[in-house]
Amino acid sequence: MSLLTALLILGGLALVFGGLLGFAAVRFKVQSDPLVEQIDDILPQTQCGQCGYPGCRPYAEAIANGDDINKCPPGGDSTIRKLADLMGVEAKPLNAAQTVAIKRVAYIREDECIGCTKCIQACPVDAIVGASKLMHTVIVDECTGCDLCVEPCPVDCIDMLPVSPTPERWKWDLKAIPITQVE
Amino acid sequence: MPSLFQQIQAGKLWDFHGGVHPPTRKAQTAQKPIGMLPLPDRLYIPLRQHIGVAGHILVSSGQHVLKGQPLTSADNSMAVPVHAPTSGTILAIGEHTSAHPSALPEATITLVPDGLDEWRTRYPLNLATSDKLSLLERIQESGIAGMGGAGFPAHLKAGLTQPVDYLIINAVECEPYISADDALIQEGAITIVKGIDILCKLLNPKAVLIGIEDDKPIASAALKAACSQREHYYVRDLPTKYPSGGEKQLIQLLTNKEVPAGRRPIDIGIVMLNVGTAFAIAQAVLDDHPLLSRIVTVTGETLSQPQNVSALIGTPVSDLLTFCGYQQQTDNKIIMGGPMMGFTLPDLSVPITKTTNCILAPSLHELPQSGKETDCIRCSACADACPASLLPQQLLWYSKAKDPAKLDEYNLFDCIECGACAYVCPSEIPLVQYYRVAKAEIREQQREAVKAEQAKARFEARNARLEREKQERMARNKQLAQAREQAQQSGSSSNAVAAALARIKAKQAEQTVAPADREQLLAEREAKKQQAREYQAAKAADKQQADAVPEPPQADAAASSEATTGNEPSAVEPASAKSAAVAAAIARAKAKKAAQAEADKQEKMVEAEQTKQPEAIEQTTPQAATDPRKAAIAAAIARAKAKKQADSEKS
Repeated sequence: MSLLTALLILGGLALVFGGLLGFAAVRFKVQSDPLVEQIDDILPQTQCGQCGYPGCRPYAEAIANGDDINKCPPGGDSTIRKLADLMGVEAKPLNAAQTVAIKRVAYIREDECIGCTKCIQACPVDAIVGASKLMHTVIVDECTGCDLCVEPCPVDCIDMLPVSPTPERWKWDLKAIPITQVE
Repeated sequence: MPSLFQQIQAGKLWDFHGGVHPPTRKAQTAQKPIGMLPLPDRLYIPLRQHIGVAGHILVSSGQHVLKGQPLTSADNSMAVPVHAPTSGTILAIGEHTSAHPSALPEATITLVPDGLDEWRTRYPLNLATSDKLSLLERIQESGIAGMGGAGFPAHLKAGLTQPVDYLIINAVECEPYISADDALIQEGAITIVKGIDILCKLLNPKAVLIGIEDDKPIASAALKAACSQREHYYVRDLPTKYPSGGEKQLIQLLTNKEVPAGRRPIDIGIVMLNVGTAFAIAQAVLDDHPLLSRIVTVTGETLSQPQNVSALIGTPVSDLLTFCGYQQQTDNKIIMGGPMMGFTLPDLSVPITKTTNCILAPSLHELPQSGKETDCIRCSACADACPASLLPQQLLWYSKAKDPAKLDEYNLFDCIECGACAYVCPSEIPLVQYYRVAKAEIREQQREAVKAEQAKARFEARNARLEREKQERMARNKQLAQAREQAQQSGSSSNAVAAALARIKAKQAEQTVAPADREQLLAEREAKKQQAREYQAAKAADKQQADAVPEPPQADAAASSEATTGNEPSAVEPASAKSAAVAAAIARAKAKKAAQAEADKQEKMVEAEQTKQPEAIEQTTPQAATDPRKAAIAAAIARAKAKKQADSEKS
């Protein structure tokens, strides 16, 4: 008798918890993969496509599906390290085929621009202003330096210029000031 | 147990963790009177000399300005203006080497003094009758930023609305060599106390604590004498120790309170200002004398007359050194700031700014080059010396490993970069340099993260917009298709007129341009065409005339022959016109041929030099340089062609 009670109780519990879990699985279902979101947050969002995917989010999805984490040149070492932490894999150096680029932004030589709007259509972050047959220009603060506008330009009037350092953004040179004892 | 306030009143002092005792070496400058520097040839006034943003420029190149005239405006709360330190002419507004370890160029106004030192009209305020707002406005408009070194706008500190328990005036000046504040107090203690009075009116503190190190007995006595009439002003002599002058360290010394990490002193009811700032505030309010000059200690063994000098803001460092008898030695360096926290100047044209308190020109014997950096032996001498109670050896480890998370865990951003750890390090590791690099790296990463966030938002907004436009386009097409279908159906059933009307309507809906506008556009276009035709006709006529000019002998001959044969004067005109037209046509054909040849040549050139495109462009442009627009178009076409060819070759 006591055996039967125990079985019934345990069976009942199993049913109740099974039902609860089933309900929770339906009720609190996560639509998208939270891992992709997390990876996407780490990526630099330049949308440059240098990883071979058409943007940062597709690459995030690819990483979540097991692609290499070292294909993002704009992100550099710090991004790879963060991705390695998140994915629980070994941090690798950047893919040999890709080199870490210095930070650059697009610059339109305005007297050569013919106003074809092709670069405007190519810019993934809407950082180019202008209209048809009117001169275009780049909003420097919004440019991610993705290079995507350079190719479509029919007259090659877009240059990628390195960002000039300012005193605020300047990084200390380790050899600049040797500190020594006064006496 | 007496309360904290009672303890402070009774003169109790506390201590902070760590600290070092480097030789002070202040005697060579502290006892001398303040030197007055002659007017320099040029003044380089950086637009931004404080923490915050630069104001907008109010002057233009070539303009004459009076002493004390603002050069930039105080148009927002984080902006502090700069002023003309003397009367003169603005030579240029451009870039000049900055007083920053990077020595990167920054926006600077260059002023040529006229030697007259002519003041603008001044409006001193009466402290008793002016309200807080006008006082604060005056402090901001006078360009006062913290003169202790950080350059925080003084009006923001003085305008704090939170209740203030203690106003602390920092006269500690703990870094070796520097005696600028010492000299200022000796000569201007009364003005400083007036400045403190103004601050008290603005902040209403329970007590004013003035901290000064006990190696400045004359200055301390001067301050005590000046404060003798004031209740609740306490001058406190502190034992000499580096870095007692750090904000958080001085608060701990005087009140035994600790400012929590990442917070400001006002959060625990304390406001701290430098003596130099108090002095500048008094001058600004009571004399309408904006911040035009400051006292700078110029010292070191390479100088024959080390001393404190009163230098105009913008004076090049080289002028100060010459005034103090600088003899250059091989390999010696010039340091802006003290030996512990200063930085080496790569260039002596760097100007004195509002925050420059010392120019140090040591001999090599005095401040030798640092020895070779060796490995950390984990002796923890740095941890004992750290005034912020950090673990420098751990921070070094994680700075080298570039581990931002761990650095944050060990509170890297609480490091005040005082250099005490590097001073005591037996392995001669430049610890502060590692922290500065790590901090810059982390700040850069934070900026990048913010930028990535923005870029993502813009990317998503763009995608949403494209999607929306696509949907709209599809919806419109669908609507049009439906309308057409309906029209067809109704047309088959009833009459063709309705169908035509529906078609017209659909077409109208498609055309975004209003009919009136369209008509106008058409008319304009027609007018333009007409104009072009007229212009062409006129040009052709001109050409004909021009072509006809070299012909006259022939024409005349023809005319004369005709005249002899036919004797009809009316026939002369058509005949000559005919021959002229023929000549013109030949000329045109020739010109066309020449143009063709030219074009071929150009194309060949483009082909030949498509590997060196820019040169090709430059070469083709001057040929057609008569009309810049035409030239630009030609260049653009040439580039496009070259590019196309290059692309086709590539593929």
